[in-house]
Amino acid sequence: MALTDLANPSRFISFANRVIPWLGGLTVIALAFGLNQAISAPNDYQQGDTVKIMYLHVPSAWLSMLAWAVMSVAALGTLVWRHPLADVAAKAAAPIGAAFALLCLVTGSLWGRPEWGTYWVWDARLTSELVLFLLYLGVIALWRTVEDPARAAPAAILTLVGAIDLPIIKFSVDWWNTLHQGASFGLTGSNIYPTILIPLLIMAVAFTLLFVTLHLAAMRNEILRRRVRTQRLLQASAAN
Amino acid sequence: METIGHLPFIVGSYAAALVIIGGLVAWIAVDFRAQRRALADLELRGMKRRSASPTQHRPMEEAKEKA
Repeated sequence: MALTDLANPSRFISFANRVIPWLGGLTVIALAFGLNQAISAPNDYQQGDTVKIMYLHVPSAWLSMLAWAVMSVAALGTLVWRHPLADVAAKAAAPIGAAFALLCLVTGSLWGRPEWGTYWVWDARLTSELVLFLLYLGVIALWRTVEDPARAAPAAILTLVGAIDLPIIKFSVDWWNTLHQGASFGLTGSNIYPTILIPLLIMAVAFTLLFVTLHLAAMRNEILRRRVRTQRLLQASAAN
Repeated sequence: METIGHLPFIVGSYAAALVIIGGLVAWIAVDFRAQRRALADLELRGMKRRSASPTQHRPMEEAKEKA
């Protein structure tokens, strides 16, 4: 099957039906392995055992941003190329991204209390991540106001405007003096010790697999929902 | 570092992950079943997709003809 064939919703559903069970199984294995590595990883010499929160916090932060990046590409697909699955992809990714953003905020808060002495501070990194979560809620609310799913332009525009928040989150620790620590990863490498870095990377891969699986499943749901809507409209018009 | 003192924060984080991700997975699974059930109900009432079969029922066209 060529990649372009997936633009057809029926072919996409048959592809998703085949791939989701395998991806789901792979995700469970990766998550089990990652959690095992995270639990057995040594404590940090400064943070002690609270570093175990990092194995959830950092991947969920990455995924909250990745989901919005996926939505932004899909928004371009809607506005520029009018790709038949672009708005389906964008709409399906929003609740998943919101869940990861919420998890990032909750775990960050629970990590902040023992490390900083407070659950929350209006720091640039924390605030910009909170803005991302609110943007997710906004775009989900906007989708819910659109009765005809073909009218995706307002949500696509909001998504592209919201993409401005992604570089703000990424560089907030460089641009402002923040309580949040600076970036531990860069193009030149990482300053995290390998015994902690490797479990973190495994968890990041597991979370990414989880996102891909859930996104495919949510896209399949959205296509089915549109079919149900079309059939009900046809039924109603036939009854009149 | 106090291991016992930090344990509620660590357990709380993993519990939050279980609730949020578990809730998301459950919601997507329930939604999938609901959509499939709705499509099956519509098919039982004679509503079929235009591409589903060549000899299908076409209510929109029939409605137009009636009008």
